[in-house]
Amino acid sequence: MPGLEDLYREIILDHYKSPRNRGSLEPPAVRTEGHNPLCGDEIEVYLAVTDGIISDIKIGGQGCSISQSSASMMSAAVKGKPIADVRALISRFKHMMSIDEGGPEPDTSAPLGDLEALQGVVKFPVRIKCAVLSWNTLAEALETATA
Amino acid sequence: MSFDVARIRQDFPVLAECINNKPLVYLDSANSSQKPHHVISAMSQFMEHAYGPTNRSAYQLAAHATDLYEGARAKVAKFINAKSPSEVVFTKNATESLNLIVRSWATANMSAGDVVVLTHMEHHANIVPWHMLAAEKGIVLRWVPLTADGLLDLSQLDQLLTGAKAFSFTAMSNVLGTINPVKELIDAAHRHGAIAIVDGCQSVPHMPTDVQALGADFLAFSSHKMVGPTGIGMLWGREELLDAMPPFLGGGNMIADVKLDGFTCAELPAKFEAGTQPIIEAVGLAAAVDYLTGIGMNAVRQHEMDITRYALDTLTHRFGDDIVIHGSRNVEVRGATISFAYRDVHPHDVSQVLDQHNVCVRAGHHCAKPLMKLLGSNATVRASFYLYNTNSEVDALCDALSEAGDFFTL
Repeated sequence: MPGLEDLYREIILDHYKSPRNRGSLEPPAVRTEGHNPLCGDEIEVYLAVTDGIISDIKIGGQGCSISQSSASMMSAAVKGKPIADVRALISRFKHMMSIDEGGPEPDTSAPLGDLEALQGVVKFPVRIKCAVLSWNTLAEALETATA
Repeated sequence: MSFDVARIRQDFPVLAECINNKPLVYLDSANSSQKPHHVISAMSQFMEHAYGPTNRSAYQLAAHATDLYEGARAKVAKFINAKSPSEVVFTKNATESLNLIVRSWATANMSAGDVVVLTHMEHHANIVPWHMLAAEKGIVLRWVPLTADGLLDLSQLDQLLTGAKAFSFTAMSNVLGTINPVKELIDAAHRHGAIAIVDGCQSVPHMPTDVQALGADFLAFSSHKMVGPTGIGMLWGREELLDAMPPFLGGGNMIADVKLDGFTCAELPAKFEAGTQPIIEAVGLAAAVDYLTGIGMNAVRQHEMDITRYALDTLTHRFGDDIVIHGSRNVEVRGATISFAYRDVHPHDVSQVLDQHNVCVRAGHHCAKPLMKLLGSNATVRASFYLYNTNSEVDALCDALSEAGDFFTL
């Protein structure tokens, strides 16, 4: 049986205790909301896109350590990145969470940085939804921002 | 016979299971209860030796299966002291029972502007069907608020009930454990000419229920929370109400006659039982009712009061200000369901750590989001106890909880 340390890696607890990019953005930044109906977790993603680049991102809402740390790491990973790269990262992260969306195998050559720590979540299938919540909410924000 | 929890535990095979060499500590019976071998073997014996369809065929096997199915109904009727077995309708679960009331009784008897009174501690199953009817017909929902210690605030009840057609409320909160004054609420509803619908999911498995003494109009409850199988629920209703109601689902079994230009309904209770029924589940349910009756519901309630008192005292003693227990501290007005917040650790994380010790609790909103909003959180940890739980399992919960505290200290 996987132990707690497989799930709650130090870097995860660090992001949970000191979340990055907490807050909100005023319009015209896009705001989307995600819910995990199972446990009541809520995530808000505020997204500002300038010239095809994520110029700013803020995270609101509340939830468990996995959903909150995943959102925090995600915000740090996508800030300043071009939209195409972010879309690719979303697919790659979901692939890492063993969510198959039927697309091509993502390119896994680039290092994932802190996000690598969330790999252990896969061993706790109930928690995959927690880890993916903010990523789905970001994907929705991207749709809105580029619509 | 005195209440012997050690002996009772031997009746529940799953409680002897170990995962990773640690015993199972099952504290999620408010969600769904474990099953005694009486229920398990009644169902498998039936399938191995006597299974047949009900109500349709003349051969002995089918006649015997019909006897068992109707026998289950009679046992349930006796268990809640219904006037007659035909007042008991089998459904898929208590959620379907509540939907049946709304779809059939309320659709026929309520129109735009008519009021149903609910409470802030309802399960979604007693909220959403009413919202659906409100969207369809423009009925109005009014809400009984709560006091600070999680009881119903009845100070404005008469105003809320004025002009209401129905008062639908839980007998016991699935989050706070609060046991509501059901008789008083029913009497209040009737004084105002409203019918009283009781959600008995959390109360019927844990304490004696007498629908005639209560004077209720409807009672919804489920088998799987009272040591019976999943897949079968119950709706009890006063005969004259059920008789006057239109059918819910249409199909086989619920008809007296079908012609090209229409149909006529069967008598109660078949009128509300369209299609092939959960026959095997009814056999298991009958065994569950026999099992609980053999132990005695007063004894079950007494045991749960004892373990609740022990749990409230122990949690408070061991964790002091680190734990916030929702609801009343008075075991006279609460059942063995305890929701709490532990430091700032998210309930999902608490339950993850507890799971490492095989301590099974529910973490989440417990299908009561309006209540969660009142409590000011998105989720709680909920430990719920039943006749097979012991004080040492309360201790196991506390030991595991300490570890969660160490792990997540912010």
